[in-house]
Amino acid sequence: MTHQRAAAIPRWIYLPAALGATFVLLPLIAISTKVDWPHFAALISSDSSRAALVLSLKTSGASTALCVLLGVPMATVLARTSFPGQGLLRSLVLLPLVLPPVVGGLALLYTFGRNGLLGHTLAVLGIRIAFSTIAVIMAQTFVALPFLVLSLEGALRTGGQRYEVVAASLGAKPTTVFRRITLPLVMPGLLAGAVLSFARALGEFGATITFAGSLQGVTRTLPLEIYLQREGDPDAAVALALVLVVVAVLIIAIARPERAGR
Amino acid sequence: MSFEFAARLVDRRLDVQFSVPDGETVALLGENGAGKSTVLAIAAGHLVPDTGQVSLDGRVLLRVGGGNRVDLPPHDREIALLSQDPLLFPHLSVRDNVAFGPRSRGRSRRASLTEADRWLDEVGAVEFSARKPSALSGGEAQRVAVARAMAADPRLLLLDEPMAAVDVSVAPVLRQALRRVLAGRTAVLVTHDPLDALLLADRVVVLDHGQVVEEGPTREVLARPRSAFAADLAGLNLLNGTWSGEHLRLADGTTVTGLVTGPSPESGGQAVATFRPGSVAVYRDAPAGSPRNSFTTRITALDPLGDLIRVRSKHLSAHITTQAAADLDLVPGIEVSFSVKATEVSVYRL
Repeated sequence: MTHQRAAAIPRWIYLPAALGATFVLLPLIAISTKVDWPHFAALISSDSSRAALVLSLKTSGASTALCVLLGVPMATVLARTSFPGQGLLRSLVLLPLVLPPVVGGLALLYTFGRNGLLGHTLAVLGIRIAFSTIAVIMAQTFVALPFLVLSLEGALRTGGQRYEVVAASLGAKPTTVFRRITLPLVMPGLLAGAVLSFARALGEFGATITFAGSLQGVTRTLPLEIYLQREGDPDAAVALALVLVVVAVLIIAIARPERAGR
Repeated sequence: MSFEFAARLVDRRLDVQFSVPDGETVALLGENGAGKSTVLAIAAGHLVPDTGQVSLDGRVLLRVGGGNRVDLPPHDREIALLSQDPLLFPHLSVRDNVAFGPRSRGRSRRASLTEADRWLDEVGAVEFSARKPSALSGGEAQRVAVARAMAADPRLLLLDEPMAAVDVSVAPVLRQALRRVLAGRTAVLVTHDPLDALLLADRVVVLDHGQVVEEGPTREVLARPRSAFAADLAGLNLLNGTWSGEHLRLADGTTVTGLVTGPSPESGGQAVATFRPGSVAVYRDAPAGSPRNSFTTRITALDPLGDLIRVRSKHLSAHITTQAAADLDLVPGIEVSFSVKATEVSVYRL
């Protein structure tokens, strides 16, 4: 049996690398040692915890669906067309990726809030968005959308257009090509993007609390609940935090880059 | 009804005009960069020329410069493209790949699959029907790609070097499949291999630096090229005759022995023998008792060809060194013997 030797890396580099890994992993271990295991089930199934967990899953699911509905067309336009100002538009669309979520929440508030840009129009129509479950979904979509657009645009560009060209020469109209060729071929990238968006939505805190507030059962998602319980009932906060950690680990396992790749 | 092509593209120095009569296959012959692929891209709708008009069966597909501008999208041109890379859709089975064309044109799923089975049978690929493209070899995939293009029922088929990426050992099978499906079809075949043109095309259009330098019936152009460029490119000796079962018998009674390539000709059927001018030896007198094929012929011209001399007779040409030509004291008008080993001669069924 032969072992192929990889190109050598400096020996000292293992030290900072191990330090970094410890820095990331140690807090996760620390939090699991603080869990009150005998009461774990009771802690995560109290009324407020259950309400927060259910709300989180519902809103994250809804915002992921919204991300797919809006993000797939956005990624397609960015990857497959060219127009003046496209580069600038791409940067702006991806802005929520680097924007502090609180700022995003404020921006949403000044758009859809009662005194916001569209607030008056919406009020006339009898629609009130801020501080509702809809607002939670909007805040999550706002921060999660760039993840989907980014990973799907990458998949579309890597895939190229050769199959689409052939499909068109066989007489397929653009919609048929998109549905039967483009989408199936980028499905791994789309799934990876959707999983990342879901994860980002699930962890959303800043934009949600700014734009949607913290109403139990209506806008108080799991991260908000954890933050709130942190002082009143630390055991419940830790237990719920562990739930989020487990969900996050599962998501990473599903969306690992080597799986997402072809 | 036919395919009419005319296009000028200044920055690629392309100015090409040709037509394909209904039901015929035209080979676009030329070296890399001669403009063959550009012509296909314009025909398929992936490139718009500076000026030009392309029409198919009386329908204008493209008109730029002069008259109302027309530029039909690729999916609306009824032109199928077959490139050297089979590009089978990786997520669909072989059968669904072939059914894609009819399905896209609104046929029912059942009718599309029936059509797919028919074409898979035509190219001898029925056995791969349920496989995914990743489970096929290059030659198998290309045959499926042929079936897929044909199932779309195009008015015109564009073939861009369909044999280029295929293993030499499987090329004859693919060529045979193409011959079957191209019969009676209007098609344009881009190639740099004169043999493909000979076996697949009715007419040849020779391109050089974006211009048509010669065109005509395939065998005429290949056997008696008028332009030096076509001669260099084609440069094949071609002899037509009837197959006796062992030899090719020419009209003047000469027999030619060679290696049968591809399917064996029927006894008494038409066949063609080809060999490269470089494999021909020239003698003043026919060598006696040699196992070689020899042809007594009169020299019509001697052309310099780099370090070589091309010795031409009415139907054949030979490339020999300048030294050999001097030693033999060759001049136009004298009778010589062209000799070629049987192993250098390929015989094809026509």
